[in-house]
Amino acid sequence: MSRPYRPPSVDVDALLDDPATKVVVCCGSGGVGKTTTAAALAVRAAERGRRTVVLTIDPARRLAQSLGLRELGNQPKPVRVAGFTPKGELSAMMLDMRRTFDDMVVNTAGPGRADQILANPFYRTISTSFSGTQEYMAMEKLGQLAATGEWDLIVVDTPPSRSALDFLDAPQRLSTVLDGRVIRMLSAPARASGLGIRKLVGAGFGLFTKAVSTIIGGQLLQDASAFVQAFDSMFGGFRERATATYRLLRSPGTAFLVVATPEPDALREASYFVERLAAEQMPLAGLVVNRTHPVLADLPAGRALATADELDRAGTAPLASAVLRVHADRVTVATREKRLLARFTKAHPSVAVVGVPALPADVHDLGGLREIAMRLAGV
Amino acid sequence: MTATGWTDQLARARLHVVTGKGGTGKTTAAAALAVALATRRPGHRVLLVEIEGRQGIAQLFDTAPLPYAEQRIAAAPGGGEVYALAVDAEAALLEYLAMFYNLGFAGHALRRMGAVEFATTLAPGLRDVLFTGKLKETVGRTDANGRHRYDAVVLDAPPTGRIVKFLDVTRAMVDLAKVGPIRGQSEGVAKLLHSGDTAVHLVTLLEEMPVRETLDAVAELDAADLRPGAVLVNRIRPARLPADAVAVAATGGLDQAEIGADLKQAGLALAEDTLGDLVTETVEHATRVRAELRARGHLADADLPSLDLPELTDGVDVAGLYELAEAMTEQGVR
Repeated sequence: MSRPYRPPSVDVDALLDDPATKVVVCCGSGGVGKTTTAAALAVRAAERGRRTVVLTIDPARRLAQSLGLRELGNQPKPVRVAGFTPKGELSAMMLDMRRTFDDMVVNTAGPGRADQILANPFYRTISTSFSGTQEYMAMEKLGQLAATGEWDLIVVDTPPSRSALDFLDAPQRLSTVLDGRVIRMLSAPARASGLGIRKLVGAGFGLFTKAVSTIIGGQLLQDASAFVQAFDSMFGGFRERATATYRLLRSPGTAFLVVATPEPDALREASYFVERLAAEQMPLAGLVVNRTHPVLADLPAGRALATADELDRAGTAPLASAVLRVHADRVTVATREKRLLARFTKAHPSVAVVGVPALPADVHDLGGLREIAMRLAGV
Repeated sequence: MTATGWTDQLARARLHVVTGKGGTGKTTAAAALAVALATRRPGHRVLLVEIEGRQGIAQLFDTAPLPYAEQRIAAAPGGGEVYALAVDAEAALLEYLAMFYNLGFAGHALRRMGAVEFATTLAPGLRDVLFTGKLKETVGRTDANGRHRYDAVVLDAPPTGRIVKFLDVTRAMVDLAKVGPIRGQSEGVAKLLHSGDTAVHLVTLLEEMPVRETLDAVAELDAADLRPGAVLVNRIRPARLPADAVAVAATGGLDQAEIGADLKQAGLALAEDTLGDLVTETVEHATRVRAELRARGHLADADLPSLDLPELTDGVDVAGLYELAEAMTEQGVR
């Protein structure tokens, strides 16, 4: 029998212990357990002696509680939980997207102009419901945390987007909106010089503008225009910050952990992300596969089922039979999971992988996070 | 609560909106529902719609990426056909505008410039307006004889967290556009989505978080006067343990020696380690079954019809879809 190819494994402890590791980013598609992974890594890093902060984006309530976070606080708070006395330190925070944006505007624009921007209805839309804002603000907050120099290690969770790639793409999208060229064009097409657009599309453009303003509301367009004018002067600074954070993500002190579950969709997203990180020359530490179901008992499924059938015929030991069938089910699940993972590994043979066996119940305290962390570290 | 099947009211619905927490198998359930609704109904046409550009339907049915055009994607057992459509926001915007204005050449040029994408990105609700508008058009479309083009339309909708905002977006539009054709159109969409022609189904797993999100979504739908349909409980795994053994096993009360003796009796003599591992597997299984029972209990609070969808042991593929559709028709989907 040929031995199946085994990918290298992720040495989580070595990664967390390495003083050169400054930032760990957990990314992946929605519902794969990114936030839990980030929290567990942070707990472990702190217990192993590093001054650690974990930036969570949208944690489930019980997970937040397990870190002692009761409400959205936009600044890191030390985690104080009975029985938790790490060698290092652990602080945790939840991202408050709106407040991060407000702070950034105030810091960049100065008080007078900032008030004008903060009061603009279009700004309120952008800062709360624009689809890329959460990603952008997560990056901004990461930049801020890194700039304080207070932490040895920052562990970052990423927003629960449909696609893992949104984390890298969204800031660019928001930046395009704020750049304001198109808004200017829509609000004053006659003055859009240089591009010859008006000449190109002729009267249709006026119609389009009219149509768009009918649909999204003329008022919104005016607000957008006013916002862009007010924002114009600070846009340079805005973009500079984003560029700096982007540079931080590409630096050798950063490690990306792509998180997935052994499901086709999640692994496909993980594949896209791995390819993208390579293209962007961003440092990938490996793939975390959450909620795996490895087989524990060394017993072939066929043998188990044959014996279960025999027991059922005799009808004397229903429990023993059930135990065997539970095992056979588990073998089936594990086989499928291995097959899916093998597909990923075949496409990305050099990516290190760590499987995290599923806990039978949800994590809702620090003990649960510690248990996950041990599984991550393979101990 | 056990599966309670499909009601007459659900059988009358023409627009089936399928939502669920991320990772619960929303797209798979929507696709299986489309097949089930067409099953054993010769001449029936069901349209399966996706809106967020992820081409999940094409992947499920193992076909090339869908263009922005309705195309036949599968035949249901015993007649009936499934069509699929991936709505593209940009194309939908141009189509929408063309209903009210003659854009001509400008539309194409604007699209190339990215102005269309910009407009749809600028106003967060605009995409949703376009998507729901397109849905209404497909539900209402009739042929020359006045027969509906589609007997049912199934939407792979946004996740539970966004579903009410998505479905209610046209109400906001009605406020925004005070008069004119757009107002009229928006009113029509809002009317359809709030009527008995529309049912909003919720896909969940028997786990704590998805169940909680489902219950929250049901409350939100009720509050917004939208109609929750059925709960689709996905990935049901077979219960192996005798009911009375679950609690015993979960609390570590299994008698390893007795199990070992029974197995030996049946000719399977195992090392103590292996036996211990088998027991551990069973304890984990029992713990999960208990959590699932609790989740079922909570789900009963929603007081909605529900369907059980089995876990596909070989993963989701075309054969698996048909298996799920079969499970749905067996539980009364029609």
